[in-house]
Amino acid sequence: MQSLLIKHGRVIDPANGIDRKCDILIVDGKIAEIGTSAESADTVIDASDKLVTPGLIDIHVHLREPGDEEEETIASGSAAAVAGGFTSVVCMPNTNPPIENETDVEYIHRKGRQARKTHVYTMGAITKGRQGVELAEMGFMAEAGAVGFTDDGGGIQDPAVMLRALKYAAMFDVVIAQHCQDNGFAGDGVMNAGYYSTILGLPGIDALAEQAMLWRDIQLIKKTNVRYHAQHISTAGSVDLIRAAKKESLPITCEVTPHHLLFTEERCADYDTNYKVNPPLRTEKDIEALKQAIGEGLVDALVTDHAPHLQSEKELEFLTAPFGIASLECALGLYVKALIEPRILDWPDLVRLMSEGPAKIIGIEKGTLGKGRQADVTVINPDAEYRIDVHRFHSKSRNCPYHGWTVKGKIEKTIVGGEVRFSAGD
Amino acid sequence: MALIRKNKHFRWLHKHLLGLRNLSAEEITHILDTAEGFEQISTRSVKKAPPLRGKVVVNLFFEDSTRTRNSFALAAGRLSADIIEFTKKASSVSKGETLLDTAKNLEAMGIDIVVIRHSAGGAATFLSRNIDACVVNAGDGYCEHPTQGLLDVYTIRKNRGTLEGLRIAIVGDIAHSRVARSDMWAMTKLGAEVIFVGPPTLMPPQVNRLPVSVSYSLDDVIEKVDVINMLRIQFERLGGNPFPSIREYSHYFGLTVERMKRAKPDIIVMHPGPINRGLEMESEVADGPNSVILDQVRNGLAVRMAVLFLVNQAAALDQQAKKKTDKKALRKPDLLDSD
Repeated sequence: MQSLLIKHGRVIDPANGIDRKCDILIVDGKIAEIGTSAESADTVIDASDKLVTPGLIDIHVHLREPGDEEEETIASGSAAAVAGGFTSVVCMPNTNPPIENETDVEYIHRKGRQARKTHVYTMGAITKGRQGVELAEMGFMAEAGAVGFTDDGGGIQDPAVMLRALKYAAMFDVVIAQHCQDNGFAGDGVMNAGYYSTILGLPGIDALAEQAMLWRDIQLIKKTNVRYHAQHISTAGSVDLIRAAKKESLPITCEVTPHHLLFTEERCADYDTNYKVNPPLRTEKDIEALKQAIGEGLVDALVTDHAPHLQSEKELEFLTAPFGIASLECALGLYVKALIEPRILDWPDLVRLMSEGPAKIIGIEKGTLGKGRQADVTVINPDAEYRIDVHRFHSKSRNCPYHGWTVKGKIEKTIVGGEVRFSAGD
Repeated sequence: MALIRKNKHFRWLHKHLLGLRNLSAEEITHILDTAEGFEQISTRSVKKAPPLRGKVVVNLFFEDSTRTRNSFALAAGRLSADIIEFTKKASSVSKGETLLDTAKNLEAMGIDIVVIRHSAGGAATFLSRNIDACVVNAGDGYCEHPTQGLLDVYTIRKNRGTLEGLRIAIVGDIAHSRVARSDMWAMTKLGAEVIFVGPPTLMPPQVNRLPVSVSYSLDDVIEKVDVINMLRIQFERLGGNPFPSIREYSHYFGLTVERMKRAKPDIIVMHPGPINRGLEMESEVADGPNSVILDQVRNGLAVRMAVLFLVNQAAALDQQAKKKTDKKALRKPDLLDSD
């Protein structure tokens, strides 16, 4: 019998309405007691002045394996995840080749187990080869443990294919996630369409590209009533659509990334490719709308869209460099800056949107500290400031525009299944 | 003619010319004044001056160009520089050498000035941040084409003495035009009023935030302007089908003899070339008395000589400053020893 005692921390477990100072006892990888009277255990962690929360969950990461192992592997990405306090991550299927059958799903799971860091889940592709034409084997993938489906990296363009996907998915009680982008509007755009794209001479992606597809999908959900998740929404118009759809009690959820809360399109003005991301950085008005939505409780999960790329790939012209920001390791600090410091959220709300919220979307029994649950726990020092240094990342990539920022909210320990998988200072 | 007086105390400090957006009116005027001085070199029997002797200029062209490339080559030659011609279709990410590697390789050969044309907006800026040589933008995507903007305002200034108070129409595919952008910055900074004219489908996003007014009707504008700059319809850049047919485009936006009848008699007609005759402009207009199209080409040479001269001068100043600080750094230990 292995036991672990976390003492004197402020335990925040939004799912059970807990926010108080108490101890947690973990026995054999499971939560044995919250508010325990146990004095000793095999391992004791002193969490005085720290937050003890359900392990953080990121349902939108790109770990690049298989196919682009030079950018990231499941091993390096998992190490980055636990350093960021994440005890579960969900890989996107836009690998090379894509995750589109049960063997692919099992491969991701095996690599995740071998890495022995964080729990690694995956979504499967909705269509074969992410081509947006024929449905992939969603049933077999769901049975193999895929926690949802998406053609992320792009959206499904053909409305008939999307309708078919939603209808078919109704058999399996899985979530269909969409990167909302109508390519007709987006064209070959590389940043937000607007004043800056005009003066920089770069093709733009209009906010309509996102909103048009989201609007269309909402019509399809009305028809099918299948669980739908809008990935990384970035515009004020999308917020309005989500608000209206939720008012109608449609089964819709959505997520937001840190960069869409922290940066505007103006960041692209220097052609710094670390700000090239899809959906693109938008405007102040969009940021305000997203923050408003988070404050209102319209947003169900905070994610990273961790998208690692090699420096050599990002050292290209803005037009040709790949989209993406790597932020798995510093996400919590970024959310503290974006949401807690301006008092949009308090700690319990933030923790909920980074644990219980995302767990519910993908339907996994995680994101809370309930007795008997697998012991995925994150210990956070909420007041400790630290400097984001890409050179100390566990990720293989350095495409992080937050390098040099000082943020609060340091990950002290990441405990996965009762094992300490990350300790600050190691 | 009240030419703007040359400011003798002005010091040009930019070792790159990336665009006109970030230049002041004073800086632009300084380039024009410098160009004026160089213009007469081309009229001498020996068309050469020594300021760039021993310097190497590379023409790094990833897009087709005859006029601009030759103009830069000639300008560099007249200033006695050595010239390397490097022409290549822009390569995709996956195959071929990256822009950065290409430039670094050239730099390793000891070049001093890179003149770059590239299909990606920001390519020149990107390069300037990554190499030591001077970078001169000869057109980057549809961001800027600063020497074209400069030669356009130079040509207008030469004709009218000043741009102050002039009303200038720029007509055509504004959305995909680097010329329109560079012209806009230079002309408005020098006090002209600019009107973008074209179909709404060829206007860039949030054009209302630019320092220009917009019209969809050439007929409304033709009588009011002192200068009209007809952009080339760039078939290679037009995405989709922004206008139904060439016939309809010409009908609304072509500069015809008929339309010219309603223009001010001394209107200046410009075109950055190459002309699609009969499309943007009828031949009679292109070759007519109001046309300064060939003057533009001629003036381009003087302007490019001025630009090459100035960036080289700024680089030299830069280097002197560096040497001074290096010397100081070297001296420091001596001072410490004597303490």
